[in-house]
Amino acid sequence: MGNFACVFHGESARFHHANKSTNERDQGQVARLGLIINPVAGLGGAMARKGSDEADIGARAAAEGRVSQAPMRAARALSAFRESCDAEVLAGPVLPDTGTVTPVGPDVLQGTAEDTKACVRAMAGQVDLILFAGGDGTARDICAANDTGIPILGIPSGVKMHSGVFARSPERAGRMTAAFLSDTRQRTEMVEILDLDEAARRAGRLSARLYTVARTPLDLAGARQNPKAGNTDPVGEMDAALAAYVAGMREDTLYVLGPGATMKALKDRLGGGSLLGVDVAEGGLVTGTDLDERALMARVAGRRVRIVLTVVGGQGFVLGRGNQQISPAVLRAAGMPPIDVICGAEKLAGLNPQELTIDTGDVALDGTLAGYWPVITGPGRRQVMRVVA
Amino acid sequence: MTAPIKDYLKRSNGYRAAKWSEPVVMEMTGSGRRGVVFEDAPAPDLPGKAARKTAPALPEITEHDALRHYLHLSQMTLGMMGISLFGTCTMKYNPRIGERASLDHLKGLHPLQEAETLQGVLEMYDKFSDFLCEVSGMDQFVFQAGGGADAAYTHACVTRAYHASRGELQQRDQIITTIQTHPCSPATANTAGFEVITLSLEENGYPSLEQLKSVVGPRTAALMVNNPDDMGIYNPDIKEWVRIVHEAGGLCFYDHANFNGVMTRLRARELGFDACMYMLHKTFGAPKGGGGPAVGAYGCAEHLVPFLPGPVVVKQGDGYALDTDRPQSIGRVREFMGNAPQVLKAYAWARAMGAEGLREAADISVLANNYMDKRLGEVKGVSRSNPGIDVPRMEMTRHSVEQVAQDTGCSIFDISMRMTDFGIDALWLSHEPFLVAEPFTPEAGELWSKEDIDYWIDVLEHVIGEAYSDPEIVKTAPHNAPIHQLTSALDEPGVWATTWRAYARKHLKSMAAE
Repeated sequence: MGNFACVFHGESARFHHANKSTNERDQGQVARLGLIINPVAGLGGAMARKGSDEADIGARAAAEGRVSQAPMRAARALSAFRESCDAEVLAGPVLPDTGTVTPVGPDVLQGTAEDTKACVRAMAGQVDLILFAGGDGTARDICAANDTGIPILGIPSGVKMHSGVFARSPERAGRMTAAFLSDTRQRTEMVEILDLDEAARRAGRLSARLYTVARTPLDLAGARQNPKAGNTDPVGEMDAALAAYVAGMREDTLYVLGPGATMKALKDRLGGGSLLGVDVAEGGLVTGTDLDERALMARVAGRRVRIVLTVVGGQGFVLGRGNQQISPAVLRAAGMPPIDVICGAEKLAGLNPQELTIDTGDVALDGTLAGYWPVITGPGRRQVMRVVA
Repeated sequence: MTAPIKDYLKRSNGYRAAKWSEPVVMEMTGSGRRGVVFEDAPAPDLPGKAARKTAPALPEITEHDALRHYLHLSQMTLGMMGISLFGTCTMKYNPRIGERASLDHLKGLHPLQEAETLQGVLEMYDKFSDFLCEVSGMDQFVFQAGGGADAAYTHACVTRAYHASRGELQQRDQIITTIQTHPCSPATANTAGFEVITLSLEENGYPSLEQLKSVVGPRTAALMVNNPDDMGIYNPDIKEWVRIVHEAGGLCFYDHANFNGVMTRLRARELGFDACMYMLHKTFGAPKGGGGPAVGAYGCAEHLVPFLPGPVVVKQGDGYALDTDRPQSIGRVREFMGNAPQVLKAYAWARAMGAEGLREAADISVLANNYMDKRLGEVKGVSRSNPGIDVPRMEMTRHSVEQVAQDTGCSIFDISMRMTDFGIDALWLSHEPFLVAEPFTPEAGELWSKEDIDYWIDVLEHVIGEAYSDPEIVKTAPHNAPIHQLTSALDEPGVWATTWRAYARKHLKSMAAE
């Protein structure tokens, strides 16, 4: 599994460059869509396998007479897409139940993640967006093969969907896709791709990793058409929030900076740091990147510490998913330091239920940390969110 | 209430908005066409450089051309002529007599006149202040703020001055609000230099006391909230909220944007608030819309009066004077005495209504909304915000067509545009951020009759039916309005021009080149 294979354009220090981008399409160029359907997505859910990553999941499902919902959900998305867009659709490794598509990918399927990756490679340079029916595992596989950084959007069809790339329904995914392809500017934002370790989860232990980030269409539908709304600028708000945060940083404090696209933009303001790792900064500069639990323990010892995090993925996790390096032991070694969370108000509004979640693996600690956290949403702005274990 | 119309939906099948092939007035020009010319009109005596050397590029048209042109344009106005249940805006009829009164009594006056010669206006300001003090329990009202947001800003500035006078401004740098309070409260608090702490909604439809307590402390400067909120839910803990904030040393401001359903039923001061705001152009019957003149009447209790923007109208002997000697005042938030014509219209409306009238209007608006709420609950695909909460809603309720959008692909925008084909003004959706997907928020107030409300719901039901049977007709709407859907986004600078010069530069040149 290639963890860092997604290419993203330009690593500018400015948030609006680092996190959001616009791909101006030439007027004459015809838009094309890639459609990836993972034939084993979602199978493991009904089989109580906590996911469908096991290599033999297809065979197990066949033995049980189970059929994946992914082709059917892809057909629903395609139908909604076709209502307003007649662009060519390249589809593989299996085809949707209904709808006209051009098949791509291997002639003979292996029944593994290789099929998905082969399709993604075949789509390179051919499509404007990859719409996929699957879950977190499928998103990871796509990113691993997506060397040209094609934006991706998920049709929710998997067991695990912690990543930020999933639309709320197949129909919504289809409509967002149509809107994206017909937009000459094709605006995107970066979101995190998370995945749980299924073997650990089956053993009763939750362990999610932040694998990479991917570009996904920026959903502006609400903002663009609201007649009474002013010109809200979530990108500018976040950029200014980060600038204000940096301006308020104390010389004597060691800052432990979590992973994620927003945190990367903060680290870029401090001389640059890692996208997926936990870094530390002091005196206005990142002085340690991609540190593991032991390295963090050593760095926080005896220091005045603040932890800075963002909401990772699409499910409201702030601690314990994708940033396990900041472990209960690290928090205790740092003397239970204050935790600042930075996250845009739009992203918070999209959470259902309206709360954030922590899961450090230490139930007692989670209980202590739960409560109301003021999340930094803009310059001079905080929104209080209930944090639950 | 408006008049009943029988079989409205059936009759409206033939509805067509006026659609004239009206050119831009600049295109109508014809050499030598003109209106009346006064031969002996004096040439203006302008200082050298102020006089232009060439004539302005104005169209040459007859008086009749001009009248006909603008009449046609007025007939193609989008909205404000059909049934408008534009929530959070409390759409009301603005009696013509108010218009007449402000013309007759104010057109000959100038705000720079000596106060001795403005006694009528000052008396009106004083009496209206008394009236609103009675309504709110406050001790003084001022009418300078040019709208609700301006009044919120006034409060943010008063908060700053109040804490500065006590030497606590450095310490008290946070203002607390809720996610469902109008965005102008956090915005103006930020503008005045405070950090904003926004509380999130919880299961009851409002933030819990525990959440409030988690952020109240020595840094708290003020609480700025509305109640009920736009979802129509009244926070019954509000007295306790005020007590908690007061105990920590903060001020409490009641944004009365949603006052219509509680007029005469509660007083902000009795709930403990230090200050409040009414929108005269919404709740109090003065015209609104189009960003025109508005008034945010700001009232406060005695301990904040010294900080009010001035000058303040005061009684002096048998008459009235403008008190300008106010050393602790925040200064001005607007020039002169604010929008006096709007104050006069609102005063006329309020006096005509009286206490009884206000109470009746409040009750009707709550009754009308609950009637709507019940009927909307029976419409396929329509759901209510906070569906699990069964407390009665006040004068408006937020609903959602998320189910319709899921099933048919027709969004609330599509449905709203299709409804205009039946003489319904475009819907009000929601303030941002959208906590409810595909939202709409109707507010009937006391104006609209049961027949109008029924017609509005009938049209919604009809359009949702179309969404399920023929979604194309909904998605391509409006069909009967003066203009149809825009063909490109409004943020395409190459396409859109908002002035004739820009239009000529962007389009006429290229047309000439072809």
